[in-house]
Amino acid sequence: MASTIPWARVRQAGEKLTTPLHPDDYLSLLNPLWSQRELRGRVEKVVPETDDAATLVIRPGWGWRFDHKPGQYVGIGIQVDGKFQWRSYSISSPPKRSGRHIAITVRAMPEGQISGHLVKGLATGTIVRLAKPEGDFVLPDPPPAKMLFLVGGSGVTPVMSMLRTLDRRGTLPDVVMHYSSPTPERMIFRDEIDALQAKHDDFEFIRLHTDTEGMLDLADATKGLDGFCSDWRDRETYACGPGPMLDAISEFFENQDASDRLHLERFTLQLGGDGGEGGNLTFRNSNKTIEADGATTVLEAGEKAGVGMPYGCRMGICHTCTVTMVEGKVRDLRNGDEYDQKNEQVQTCVTAAVGDCTFDI
Amino acid sequence: MAISDVAEYTHLTDEQVEALGAELDKVREEIEASRNADDAAYIRRMIKIQRGLATAGRVVLMATPHSKRTRVPGAIAGGALLGVAKILENMEIGHNVMHGQWDWMNDPEIHSSNWEWDTAQPAEQWKHSHNYVHHQFTNVLGYDNDIGYGILRMAREQKWHPANLGQPVYNALLASLFQWGVALHDLDIEKIRKQEKDPKEMMRQLKQIWRKGRNQVIKDYVVYPALSGPHWKTTLKANAAANLTRNLWAYMIIFCGHFPDGALHFTEDEIEDETRAEWYLRQMLGSANFEGGKLLHVMSGQLGYQIEHHLFPDLPSNRYAEISVRVRELCEEYNIPYTTGPLHQQYGQALRTIMKLSLPNKMTSDNKPTPPDPTREPVERRRKSDAERPSRRAELGQWSRNLRSA
Repeated sequence: MASTIPWARVRQAGEKLTTPLHPDDYLSLLNPLWSQRELRGRVEKVVPETDDAATLVIRPGWGWRFDHKPGQYVGIGIQVDGKFQWRSYSISSPPKRSGRHIAITVRAMPEGQISGHLVKGLATGTIVRLAKPEGDFVLPDPPPAKMLFLVGGSGVTPVMSMLRTLDRRGTLPDVVMHYSSPTPERMIFRDEIDALQAKHDDFEFIRLHTDTEGMLDLADATKGLDGFCSDWRDRETYACGPGPMLDAISEFFENQDASDRLHLERFTLQLGGDGGEGGNLTFRNSNKTIEADGATTVLEAGEKAGVGMPYGCRMGICHTCTVTMVEGKVRDLRNGDEYDQKNEQVQTCVTAAVGDCTFDI
Repeated sequence: MAISDVAEYTHLTDEQVEALGAELDKVREEIEASRNADDAAYIRRMIKIQRGLATAGRVVLMATPHSKRTRVPGAIAGGALLGVAKILENMEIGHNVMHGQWDWMNDPEIHSSNWEWDTAQPAEQWKHSHNYVHHQFTNVLGYDNDIGYGILRMAREQKWHPANLGQPVYNALLASLFQWGVALHDLDIEKIRKQEKDPKEMMRQLKQIWRKGRNQVIKDYVVYPALSGPHWKTTLKANAAANLTRNLWAYMIIFCGHFPDGALHFTEDEIEDETRAEWYLRQMLGSANFEGGKLLHVMSGQLGYQIEHHLFPDLPSNRYAEISVRVRELCEEYNIPYTTGPLHQQYGQALRTIMKLSLPNKMTSDNKPTPPDPTREPVERRRKSDAERPSRRAELGQWSRNLRSA
């Protein structure tokens, strides 16, 4: 039954009691999920998938709508040494209107401080911050009649969300899935995908263990695309995996003049060329862009571009100039610290761009 | 006498001042690098305690007025809980969060850019009048509006006017209505008087103050009393007492920051071409600490470490105690005065200055300390010409250009 209580109005009335705070600021002290100020969730379960990957089952708090599209990712923020660090991971659970949980699957990267923490160090009951689902790598509705998935490593997670959705809705079309993984043990969801194959006649699952069989070579006559999926030109292809694999796939599709049927999801960060300083600064709300070198502060660049930048002391003490950096990386000119979190608040008077940045002003 | 050159006043050479600045930069770096989960837990705990106290106070005031037996003790307990909650919110939480002391946590719920505090002044105006004007121009005559808040004459260099005779009364009014005084602070009464204020900006600010103040008043004097039903008067009085307590307390703590005898004033010569290191030195000479236990420091938002706060306004307040050990050592090493004393002494000196300066200078004596004795050979020094000075940090440059063209 749909709720008939006008919660928005109740909350508004509550604000008269709690001003200048929100009622949620008090309620979240009773239950951390009772707040809409920042999306958050409680880790209910950490399910090990392989030695280095785990699925986090998260119960989102108020304000979360279970309407993500299969294939999208969410931002997840966890506190490490007191500071919120954000990463994005694909949602592996299918969207459900009556849902109470979402699942994301994370593989611990060798250098990844956060992914390692998420896989090994996260206790159930931990409260994490969430960001709304995002991403264009999604399953169309209705799904294409014929699909091909090219998956590498933990790139399987968005695809898993699509497969589960198709399976649950009973609309699984003709699907070929090619999954590369170094060893069988590191193959996340292998049992579940096997089960899907047994259940659906039209679902073909091809495993490639790259430690013993070598990398996928799409152009190869027998082991390549023409070998395991001769009708690939008739299929919509969805590819997700490590950067080099995706580069090879998109190059192949381009050479074959089939790029319009290829959908890609990159889940590894693209490093900005030579790692040089400076870049294009975009001021989103002011609709202005300017190129700045690595010695020009964001504040100066913004002013030069004609943006009404807030500022005060211009020496990094008063924080008047703080704005939200939607995307990109800046360096603090005082100590060389770098900030590259999504939606991070940065002090523009003492930071300079490292690569292209977008600001919410 | 107001100081026109901090280095000369302290008998330090330019190299020594720069060395002191480098030491302080090092302190800052070390604290920044060591901010950790314990610090984050500290501010979260403070916020939890504060909201718990506020809720408890409100609930007690709603529940107790209905019986004759509990009415008076309930009003006292509820008012006290609420008063303490307001003090904690304004001092240890609001003031420090708005300084950006907790921005490093990257938590939008505890962030200087969107924190709003439980007092009449809108956060945006506070951040301008306090974080920028007061912390940048600390104790510089004609620049820092916190010297007497445009109401009191707090420096002998300020010209006496017969209206100053009323200072004891203005002071009492300011103390008891402190949140409203602060609310109007960023309007800059002085500028309005000189008709230099942009009327459009003034209207915008007044509207902002009106909206914020109205919500505050409705909450404490309409909504909560109404929730107590027929005994609304008890709740209203208790709420007024809580606000008054907070006003008096905040006023006293703040007056201990820059008005005890040891805290010095500066002329605008000092800030011309001031280096970062000289800025540090001015903050040390212009601020005063007070001593006390841990609870006193928490209840005063760690402003008993005013000197440390002015050196590093955006480092987490719970670390000021440990920073103060380092700062004291540096002060001894460089023979720089470090003003501190018990709370009653520091406030007593501020109050004495208020009373004395209500009269013309010739009728009273100066309590400002004598400059420190040179422990080293006196250095032959003069103010450097612009050509000799090292260029200023880039982010300061533009600021002063704007100021001059303004």
